[in-house]
Amino acid sequence: MSILSGENRLTRQHIIASARKAIGTFINLLPIILGMVLLTSLVVTLLPEQISAGLFGNGALLDSLTGAGIGSIAMGHPLASYLLGGELLGSGVSLIAVTAIVVAWVTVGIVQLPAEALMLGSRFAIYRNVMSFLAAVMISFLTVSTLQLFEWL
Amino acid sequence: MAKEPDRKKYGGWIFFSLVLMVYVLLGITHPEEAGIALEFFSRVMLQMLPVLGLVIILFFLVNLFLQPQWIRKNLGRASGARGWVVAILGGILSMGPIYPWYAMLGEMRSKGMRNALVAAFLYSRSLKPPLIPLIIYYFGIHYMLVLYFYLIVFSVLSGMAIEWLLGSKPEVVGKKS
Repeated sequence: MSILSGENRLTRQHIIASARKAIGTFINLLPIILGMVLLTSLVVTLLPEQISAGLFGNGALLDSLTGAGIGSIAMGHPLASYLLGGELLGSGVSLIAVTAIVVAWVTVGIVQLPAEALMLGSRFAIYRNVMSFLAAVMISFLTVSTLQLFEWL
Repeated sequence: MAKEPDRKKYGGWIFFSLVLMVYVLLGITHPEEAGIALEFFSRVMLQMLPVLGLVIILFFLVNLFLQPQWIRKNLGRASGARGWVVAILGGILSMGPIYPWYAMLGEMRSKGMRNALVAAFLYSRSLKPPLIPLIIYYFGIHYMLVLYFYLIVFSVLSGMAIEWLLGSKPEVVGKKS
């Protein structure tokens, strides 16, 4: 099936209308992008640089919840979560906690929540983030259990 | 055409103004920290500029080629398994900061995309093929395979759960619930 067909064929008017709409959408989006990057810069500057490994070591469930909590409020490129996770694992933090951090980092976005709510609706944003938090905890247990089951750990 | 709700139209600018006010306050009380934060902001924005250029082009292409009937067929209520595959692959392949994707998904949802597939798309962004070598380096190939398997499974589960909670039609953005 063709994406464009019938009355939706490419016409000059259609191209101009699409360009106008794209620019309009981008202008609406611009203050949110600028605001979020400013906010992120502020949090990165004001919060302590290193997460203490002392937060962990309180049992699998608490470690997983703590990890998911840290991952949820953390921001930045996912690359950073793998680097941090790898370093924490090396310093003795459990794989369950590290997995929860890595998964929540890329699936839960507390800092991005206002932007997500503005663009996709507040109920959608809240439900999705709460579910993603719970999923991060579940995935941390499932991943480690599966690795143990197949003796890959 | 219905008038756009004011909260949606001006919400971004109100948010931006509030953040600017925080910076002004910080500039008065802690000028050094405000300076460091602004320096960080400038660096990030410089890195983001090419991505933002790409975003305008993507918006243009979405408006030009993705007509409501195509979205309804491939990502709408009747899209079936194909819709899930399109949404999850789209999420995996989507690059750059999340914010432009929120707007893009909002736009596509207003044209008929299911809530479930919006959630699945966002969840599957957690799979980053370019980072696979790094995951293997730190955690091993078995860990990567198992983790990615569960991330795909939970992309579908989170989509199904969202639709169970909210239904398939979009929430009216900008209206008090």
